[in-house]
Amino acid sequence: MDRRKFLRAVALTGAAFTTMKEADAMNVLTQSFESNRAAANYDLVAVMGGEPEIMFRKAIAEMGGMKNFISKGDKVCVKPNIGWDQPEEMAANTNPKLVAEIIKQCFDAGASEVTVFDHPCDEWRKTYSNSGIEEAAKRAGAKVVPAHQESYYKTVSIPQGKRLKTAKIHQAIVDSDKWINVPILKNHGGAQLTISMKNYMGIVWDRGFFHANDLQQCIADVCTYEKRPVLNVVDAYRLMKTSGPKGKSLSDVVLSKGLFMSQDIVAVDTAAANFFNQAREMPLERVTHIAKAQELGLGTMNLESLNIRRLKI
Amino acid sequence: MLKKIRVILSVLLLFLITLYFLDFRDFLPESFSFLAEIQFIPALLAVNILVLASLLLLTLLFGRVYCSSICPMGIYQDMVAWFSKKFTRKKKYKYSKAKNVLRWSVLAATVVAFIFGFTFLVGLLDPYGAYGRMVTHLLRPAYLAGNNLLEAIFTSFDNYAFYKVSIYSLSLFSSAIALITLGVIGYLAWRNGRTYCNTICPVGTTLGFLSKYSLFKIHFVDDKCNLCGLCAMKCKASCIDSKNKQIDYSRCVTCFNCIESCNRDAMKYRFALPGKKRPAATAPAYSYVKEEKPGKEVKSVDASKRRFLSATLATGLAAGHLIAQEISEGVLPKRELKRQVPIAPPGAVSFDHLREKCISCHLCVSKCPSHVIKPAFLEYGLGGIMQPKLYFDRGFCNYDCTICGEVCPTGAIQPLTKEEKNHTQMGQVQFIIENCIVYYDETSCGACSEHCPTQAVHMVPYKGVLTIPEINQDICVGCGACEHACPAIPYKAIYVEGLAIQNIVEIKQEEVEEIVIDEFGF
Repeated sequence: MDRRKFLRAVALTGAAFTTMKEADAMNVLTQSFESNRAAANYDLVAVMGGEPEIMFRKAIAEMGGMKNFISKGDKVCVKPNIGWDQPEEMAANTNPKLVAEIIKQCFDAGASEVTVFDHPCDEWRKTYSNSGIEEAAKRAGAKVVPAHQESYYKTVSIPQGKRLKTAKIHQAIVDSDKWINVPILKNHGGAQLTISMKNYMGIVWDRGFFHANDLQQCIADVCTYEKRPVLNVVDAYRLMKTSGPKGKSLSDVVLSKGLFMSQDIVAVDTAAANFFNQAREMPLERVTHIAKAQELGLGTMNLESLNIRRLKI
Repeated sequence: MLKKIRVILSVLLLFLITLYFLDFRDFLPESFSFLAEIQFIPALLAVNILVLASLLLLTLLFGRVYCSSICPMGIYQDMVAWFSKKFTRKKKYKYSKAKNVLRWSVLAATVVAFIFGFTFLVGLLDPYGAYGRMVTHLLRPAYLAGNNLLEAIFTSFDNYAFYKVSIYSLSLFSSAIALITLGVIGYLAWRNGRTYCNTICPVGTTLGFLSKYSLFKIHFVDDKCNLCGLCAMKCKASCIDSKNKQIDYSRCVTCFNCIESCNRDAMKYRFALPGKKRPAATAPAYSYVKEEKPGKEVKSVDASKRRFLSATLATGLAAGHLIAQEISEGVLPKRELKRQVPIAPPGAVSFDHLREKCISCHLCVSKCPSHVIKPAFLEYGLGGIMQPKLYFDRGFCNYDCTICGEVCPTGAIQPLTKEEKNHTQMGQVQFIIENCIVYYDETSCGACSEHCPTQAVHMVPYKGVLTIPEINQDICVGCGACEHACPAIPYKAIYVEGLAIQNIVEIKQEEVEEIVIDEFGF
């Protein structure tokens, strides 16, 4: 190496470092799940009192920034809940502003592509469009891909599953480098609550199998799929306290202005369930898939043991 | 010139109405349903006075323009005939006598059958309805396959402009009928042009009767015509008796092919007051054809027509509406799910209403975004074959969707507002607890309740932390979401029974209670 090349290299490295905001961002170079976890400042961040996108910005900053989770060139999949032909105010689907903000930050962190999809329960065209997510996601630059046909799904094995041994998972997840799980906090007639783990049901083709083969166990089982989300972001800006997951009128909805974020899916669902419990009694014992997931080693329900950042705006 | 206008108008209207049937992505605005509404039988059944009056006036003024340019089946035949000419270059039509007995008998049979509640025959013969079935059951699968091909190509380039759709047969019977219609009418058109319109089509017979009195007609210009017979050879309706310079106006569909073909400018489309018999010219301008006496006197009285009118009147008075078939309400099944009463689309009012109004054009079948409408077989009785019914194998009726009623051109499915639709009960939920997963497996499920838009199916506490469905038929709209979602096998635990008469349900509005959450709760 001659002197000129050496100097150039030093200058470039220095420039690269000065553009990175946080020292933790160095970990961007190591991409595995474990090292990402170590990079985060907190195990769980809970924010209250702001607009969806504002709360997300605060939370992700506390987590050390999106660059902690998304690397340059990543193909990212953002998976909101787009299950129902309901408008934003009904809180049946993830808040579109939150989805758009996450997509934007993914691109800012250097994502090469962001795809968005869900396997809706209602007719998929109406659901994508009336939820407001299709438009918001497209405007933020994401690809909104269909998920209404079996051929979009790939069979994967779930070796740790107790009841669910294989599942057909959408190719957008299977082919992605990273994925972000963005559920909304809702009551659910069968599973009692639908949060991050229940949101996995939108990445699989055959939901009927779950319902017919111990729903709560299958929900925990599917979360053991080897490609875990790099982040779980629970939208609790509005929560649906009754008649979930579809809801029938605005009387089912509470404007709760919350947001929870963690890599630990069990912890974030535990926290969100406790938050929900204030709107309507919902003891954790009833939401049995959370405990079943802890049993499978997916995370901890013991929030005391975690480093939690609580933030009110 | 006249022919050119006719051809352009026809091709445009045929293209648009066909595309309207096929278009599953709403490229054409919903207002294009007017293309179906301006059809004769739909307007008649919908009692759409404006359209009916316009069509009748149009016919009385200009002849059977409807048959020529508006009716999609008529244009389909023209296209077949046009293609046939490409294969047999020297194809000639020739004059044939009107088959009045057949025409009027078919019309009489159709009207009588309709009065007896056997709408099937009207539906079968109505040219618009028949064309609709051809598109829905034969062309649509090809269109969808084309879409899927484009989807495969575009998606491989990472472009999501297209999305995959399922292709499947909706009803063997309706597909067979569509295929037979396509074949028979196509064959007749290939051979002899507008045979169907002038011998079988009940609309053709009706309008043909009127067009005899229309103000604008095609006339021979006596001093120019040399009786060459070219016009008759070009007449796809076989209604020009060139030797006698007579045109059977009841069969003329004003296609203007004769005018176009005449080398001597001896045919004119012009105004003439009806009633006055045109004196037949005794001799042509200059003729190399020997003069011939007309073979037969044209009958001034149409006997079969009189028979038709009297028969219709008598039957109508005698029969009334007594004959609508009753569908027995049987005992509910124990375990095996078998729907006893079919479910009519929302806004169909009642089975009787549907049977009286629906001609089975299957526009609703094509347009339903949730894929829940398909042609019935015998579920509504004989008179209701091919009429739309709901099934939930591929989806369920979207709570807020009102498309079927909006596109229905006959008013068989009434247009509903979203508010009305939300309160229209087309069936009622039935729960068979022995089949329920929560009951026999004692695990959580709730698939039915999660899909229920009114919470007519809701989950109530059961053993331990389990919840089990409970139904409230009073607020059930019969959308079939629960039935579609129920994962119990081999028999579903929840399903919808249809209602012969649809109800309006009252759904209580719950008050919004203010809940304020200040704390994290953990």
